[in-house]
Amino acid sequence: MAKLNLAIYWSASCGGCDVAILDINEKILQVAEIADIVFWPIALDFKRHHVEAMEDKSIDVCLFNGAVRTSEQEEMAELLRAKSKAMVAFGSCAHLGGIPGLSNFTNRAETFERAFVEAESCDNPDKTLPQNMTNVAEGELEQPEFYDTVKALNQVVDVEYYIPGCPPTVPIISQVVDALAAGKLPPVGTVFGSDKALCDECPRTKEEKKITKIYRPHEIIPDPEKCFLEQGMICTGPATRGGCEARCIAANMPCRGCFGPPPGVTDQGTHMLSALASILDVTEDEDIARMIDEIVDPAGTFYRFSLPTAMMNRRRM
Amino acid sequence: MKDDVRIGVYICHCGSNIAGTVDTKEVAKFAQGLPSVVIAKDYMYMCSDPGQNMIKEDIEQLGLNRVVVASCSPMLHEHTFRQACQDAGLNPYLFEMANIREHCSWVTEDPKSATEKAKALVSAAVRRIYYQEPLEVREVPVTASVLVVGGGIAGIQAALEIANAGHKVYLVEREPSIGGHMAQFDKTFPTLDCASCIFTPLLSAVGQHPNIDLMTYSDVEEVSGYIGNFKAKIRKRARYVDEDKCNGCLVCVEKCPWKAVSEFDEGLAQRKAIYTPFAQAVPSVPVIDTEHCVYFSKGTCRACERFCDPKAIDFEQQDKEVEVEVGAVIVATGYDAFDPSVITSYGYGHYDNVITALQFERMCNASGPTDGKIVLRDGSEPKNIAIIHCVGSRDKNYHEYCSRVCCMYSLKYSHLIKEKIEDAEVYQFYIDMRCFGKGYEEFYERVSDEGVKFIRGKVGEVTNRTITEEERGKLVVVAEDSLMSAMIRVPADMVILSTALEARSDAEAVARLFNISRSADGFFLERHPKLDPVATTTDGTFVVGCAQGPKDIPDAVAQASAAAARVLAMISKGSVEIEAATAVIDEELCSGCKICNLLCPYSAISFDEEKSVSRINEALCKGCGVCVAACPSSAIAGKHFTTEQIMAEIEGVLV
Ligand SMILES: Cc1cc2nc3c(=O)[nH]c(=O)nc-3n(C[C@H](O)[C@H](O)[C@H](O)COP(=O)(O)OP(=O)(O)OC[C@H]3O[C@@H](n4cnc5c(N)ncnc54)[C@H](O)[C@@H]3O)c2cc1C
Ligand code: SF4
Ligand code: SF4
Ligand code: SF4
Ligand code: SF4
Repeated sequence: MAKLNLAIYWSASCGGCDVAILDINEKILQVAEIADIVFWPIALDFKRHHVEAMEDKSIDVCLFNGAVRTSEQEEMAELLRAKSKAMVAFGSCAHLGGIPGLSNFTNRAETFERAFVEAESCDNPDKTLPQNMTNVAEGELEQPEFYDTVKALNQVVDVEYYIPGCPPTVPIISQVVDALAAGKLPPVGTVFGSDKALCDECPRTKEEKKITKIYRPHEIIPDPEKCFLEQGMICTGPATRGGCEARCIAANMPCRGCFGPPPGVTDQGTHMLSALASILDVTEDEDIARMIDEIVDPAGTFYRFSLPTAMMNRRRM
Repeated sequence: MKDDVRIGVYICHCGSNIAGTVDTKEVAKFAQGLPSVVIAKDYMYMCSDPGQNMIKEDIEQLGLNRVVVASCSPMLHEHTFRQACQDAGLNPYLFEMANIREHCSWVTEDPKSATEKAKALVSAAVRRIYYQEPLEVREVPVTASVLVVGGGIAGIQAALEIANAGHKVYLVEREPSIGGHMAQFDKTFPTLDCASCIFTPLLSAVGQHPNIDLMTYSDVEEVSGYIGNFKAKIRKRARYVDEDKCNGCLVCVEKCPWKAVSEFDEGLAQRKAIYTPFAQAVPSVPVIDTEHCVYFSKGTCRACERFCDPKAIDFEQQDKEVEVEVGAVIVATGYDAFDPSVITSYGYGHYDNVITALQFERMCNASGPTDGKIVLRDGSEPKNIAIIHCVGSRDKNYHEYCSRVCCMYSLKYSHLIKEKIEDAEVYQFYIDMRCFGKGYEEFYERVSDEGVKFIRGKVGEVTNRTITEEERGKLVVVAEDSLMSAMIRVPADMVILSTALEARSDAEAVARLFNISRSADGFFLERHPKLDPVATTTDGTFVVGCAQGPKDIPDAVAQASAAAARVLAMISKGSVEIEAATAVIDEELCSGCKICNLLCPYSAISFDEEKSVSRINEALCKGCGVCVAACPSSAIAGKHFTTEQIMAEIEGVLV
């Protein structure tokens, strides 16, 4: 079999996805066996013009991590789309918008204000902010445009496959590598991972649930055998696709939802919210209000990874 | 687009109810332009025969396979139109109704916005029905036996009607005898017939009926199943008397040396530690009250045992659990009387001669604690008696509702007093006289003629602080006479408090047990106040008598008969239709998180431990949607309310 042409790219991401690829250890040798890496900015010195020079559809698979929030990221997504046969949204940010997507609760101006003026580590008395065009002695400098809204990859270009996770897990990456090696890719649109929510593979004992108080992770030491929800800790496992092998659960931390909604669920946040609301065992108004107050940062809790792809996906502009 | 969808849309004028505000022609024209709509018409009365025939003909001639009617509320005519569709061979779930009357023409006078809204509602229905699927109406067989809970007049009436029709009745009563409140009365308004003369034959009919399995001193502990197929667990508390051996001679009662306060006599007399609540109790088998029986507290006595000829006393007896299968349940648990001691200004519990209505009933009863004599605590005869209405009723601090019988029983008391103490003065302190029933106004006239003093006004206080010579040694009722706009003071020897009827103190638990709801006043809620007054939201479970709200005996009996008729109809048909729009769990998607497990108000969800998925018993599910909304995996779909259908409806309304 001819070697595959593989591209790996990052946009609005933390870099963890690229590291995750390296984390597959000796499996990387198998990658080298089956594929030529034609583009991977974090590891190899390729430039944009190298990609532009490639023929359309000459890349077999492009693993694209990170959300899309600038004009440059958008252009790169479009460019790689044109050059690739299969576009893969790699990791939560490309898949769902991810943590950067939470800034859809604000806009560009407020993000800049926070990041470049207010931030405790900033010393910026003149309130200098990034500009699209800047005139300097040598001429005009152009920076990519920073958008108000963060998007998931499939909101910018067509996407064939999704590899969930923040970051994706080694077994799932290995599974994808194996599929590529065997030339057996699943149907377009497939999200790698389980077809059920995380609770299905979670080893904890599950009972009927009724809670009267919500705890944050630092407030109690949870019983490692019992379902977190029954202990009053918000675990988004029931509204999250399984396949991660319950790695957070194993570390005695509730699921935060990085694998995104399970199949059939359009909106992870509302589903988790209504599930949680359904198990609150209080009837008096003041108890209900107290429990609602106990959910610190509800938007960040229920939509931690999936705001841009939610039904209501940003604050009104 | 599915190209085989053929929708017919019918816009109803409802005379001028809709057409007076909504431009129905324009709405029909608009509907004609919507995707998959084959025909759109407007008509004067869609629910009339010609209206229904129009639908049927179009289904047949134009090959319609979906029908939308835009008219009134589905509560009114959904059934009518579904039936019309079905008559023409179309599955009733391929019909959808848009409410352009209650939701549209009746809420605005502006024809323009009404017409626009009607269009939006029609568009929503059309888009939704596109995704609707035929559903199968299912039938389940009905077990031909009935559980009646509560043996007051209402429960007795229901039990007898069903038993007389030849079907098995399990009548569960928690007291040692059936009878309820009516057994406490001497005479009943407005006819003044002797309560025990009309009632004791009913009690013994129940006791002897071959079709009635009477379980007194018993509680229903668990109910499961669904219409036609309920299972109930009943705990028969130990009486310590063997029902099969006891011959009802009551020698044991006579010989028992220990006493306790009689609940049945409202605290006016004592009973023994082994007792029947009253002489004509059914069954006549006594019970031992272990709290007051010295054998149970100290281990000695056993006097009853020694004198019992048939050796029926059994100190070792245990509670017994019985499980019964029934097709329907009738809840007839009655009411509690309001405890007036919370209204401290009336002095109940503080002054000896301030008594409650039920105490007065017992006092008047010939076989009661005073042998039917009206007496003060010191045994003397009262001359001035004040009756205070609405104690706990029509009062924002207690119950806002009218208890409906207190005016009438208070009038009854006037008569009884005059009958027994000819020269007595009776004062009725009332807010309004409510004499609404058959023969009630006449009864009021009759009692008025007997010389009662009616004082319109709310009583502020009953006190023993006297001011005048005339008041000395008496109680004084202080009230505002609202007709004279003056404060008045009326000296009285005895004050009777006409206390409210309230929901049983355990009503919440009983509601949960039988899966029925309560209204704001605490009584059990009927399915529809006008059109379905004895059914509840749980199919096959009915509520009758004062358990549903305060009422007099005729109304309680009428309800009992109504429920019996409903149950008999079910039994004679042999099967019942159950909801087709249920929820289903997709096992491929269920993660076994158990979020849904406790949510179902009808206990339809169970967990399959082996496959680690949840299951819905479709026979129990009412399609309420609670679990559908809660399932974080979207593993539960509500038939007839799928996400696709709801989203299409929302999109439709937004056009
Ligand atoms: C002072 C007074 C005087 C009245 N006088 C008249 C009158 O003259 N004429 C008239 O028409 N109406 C009169 N009424 C109204 C009358 O009492 C009621 O209409 C009638 O008693 C209602 O009958 P019921 O069977 O619904 O309830 P109830 O008589 O309360 O009977 C309910 C029965 O259910 C049993 N029960 C309760 N809970 C349970 C349970 N969980 N499990 C098993 N069993 C249970 C109770 O022990 C009781 O036996 C009067 C009411 C009052 C308060
Ligand atoms: S809610 Fe969390 S802890 Fe509970 S079963 Fe699901 S994944 Fe496990
Ligand atoms: S029936 Fe008469 S006394 Fe009773 S609550 Fe109603 S108005 Fe008051
Ligand atoms: S809530 Fe949904 S996923 Fe969880 S047990 Fe119920 S059906 Fe299964
Ligand atoms: S829809 Fe769900 S919660 Fe509602 S009745 Fe059915 S199973 Fe129960």
